[in-house]
Amino acid sequence: MKQSRFFPWIGFIFGAIYFLVPLIATFEFSLRMQRGTYSFKAYQVVLADPGFQASFSYSALIALLTIIVGIALVVPTAYLVQLKLPKLRPVVEFMTLLPLVVPAIVIVFGYLRMYNSSSWLPLTGSARSTDLLLVFAYVTLSLPYMYRSVDTALRTVDIRTLTEAAQSLGSSWPRILIQVILPNIRVGVLSGAFLTFAIVIGEFTIASLLNRPAFGPYMQLIGANRAYEPAALAVIAFAITWACMGLIQLVASFSPGQKR
Amino acid sequence: MSITALPATAARERRITWSWLGILPFILFSLMFLLLPAANLIVGAFQDASGNFTLQNIVNLGQPSIIRSYTLSLQISAASALGGVLIGFALALATILGGLPRWVRPTLMTFSGVASQFAGVPLAFAFLATLGRTGLVTALLFSIFDINIYRGGFNLLSFWGLTITYLYFQIPLMVLVVSPALDGLKREWREAAAILGATGWQYWTMIALPILWPSLLGAFLLLFANAFGAIATAYALTGSSFNIVTILLYAQIRGDALHDPNLGYALALGMIVITGVSNGAYIWLASRSARWIR
Repeated sequence: MKQSRFFPWIGFIFGAIYFLVPLIATFEFSLRMQRGTYSFKAYQVVLADPGFQASFSYSALIALLTIIVGIALVVPTAYLVQLKLPKLRPVVEFMTLLPLVVPAIVIVFGYLRMYNSSSWLPLTGSARSTDLLLVFAYVTLSLPYMYRSVDTALRTVDIRTLTEAAQSLGSSWPRILIQVILPNIRVGVLSGAFLTFAIVIGEFTIASLLNRPAFGPYMQLIGANRAYEPAALAVIAFAITWACMGLIQLVASFSPGQKR
Repeated sequence: MSITALPATAARERRITWSWLGILPFILFSLMFLLLPAANLIVGAFQDASGNFTLQNIVNLGQPSIIRSYTLSLQISAASALGGVLIGFALALATILGGLPRWVRPTLMTFSGVASQFAGVPLAFAFLATLGRTGLVTALLFSIFDINIYRGGFNLLSFWGLTITYLYFQIPLMVLVVSPALDGLKREWREAAAILGATGWQYWTMIALPILWPSLLGAFLLLFANAFGAIATAYALTGSSFNIVTILLYAQIRGDALHDPNLGYALALGMIVITGVSNGAYIWLASRSARWIR
């Protein structure tokens, strides 16, 4: 069957234009800060702003903690469900999908009601414990992605044989997980980690409602008060998202035998 | 089969208990940071200020301003989901089945992965720079075609403006969701239809679309829930002035805008019900389409 390629090309070109035009427009806008000439002034101003540096490093640190807590929570669970407790799979999968069902703003509303300063567990009582709550909120937010990546990776590895081999050599359970299973599923774990980073770094709703000085609320504040800096921030945010997705593809291509 | 069947039952029981202990952190975490907070709000929605059971909060959801915000949210979610499904489907169709060069598909997939995550505050900035009053496209349309879209009634801070903005992550999400379904359409079905004398139109309307429709409808519901729960883009575009339900809830959490905390819980309950029904139907449809496509 010979089919015309005219309409597919039109469709693809239309799609490319729709995706690229806002990016080009944003980039062009971000260069217009100095009158009459294109310059990187807006980027200089943004990058030199102490508020940018503080909020970005705060969010990067929170993202890192989210990834660590997320891995520590998801890897043993997905491993045990696959190896020992297959009956629990529907329950666990349902729980990991729930954050897609309940909107983030509703989840954080629940936290504020449940963990307010006069409750049994006053997590919003101090700045440090609110940071902890923020990390837990982000672990929840990234749970669907982290669990999917790890679970998919676990399926491609014969974890039963690996576990039995390690056991017969006298390995303890923590050692099996950290030294045997984790290296074998590193592609999935890293994919989940980069995706988590991309989601968490610019998140606005939860950070703003928990009153934490994160990058998302900072961007919103700049957007409400400045003209050209927001465009520069959007370009930076897009570059970060792009870098995270690129890294996911990169680690996937480096692993022999594991295809995505 | 397995060698581990050798140890006595007592040992095995102990191992099962250890396994349970191993997933205890996950269960505790889900309870404390997912289920109980949501349950807490749902309970609050059925209580009055002194904690007695009441349905008054649900009744109070019927006041015009709240109904308006729910309606606007539903309209934007439905419009952006429908647009995302149609355009994303066409785009995936063109790339996967259109016979384009090999490099096109991975390019589209990578870009969709990025663009579907590119939401929130930066997306608002990007569209302000594109279609805002001083945006590039606005300016180009004026200088080349002499069209002033803002004089023509367009406003980025409106139903259409927000819908177009949401499409930027809805279309790529659709591409990602529907591609596996399109891959699942077997060559043999098309060939069998052609041998029996079916035209391309007959193949699509009588074979391909009936197989694909659960995937398409499911994707619509997923995109719908995705847009319904979103707030950051709208908030950064419009400030707190735009009356969608997430912005209303944000204002309620920030400063009790409704002057009734329990009504706020009912507002959240309404959102859970809407996204819950939407996602529940999606999961049901996904399991249906899995029968054909694997």
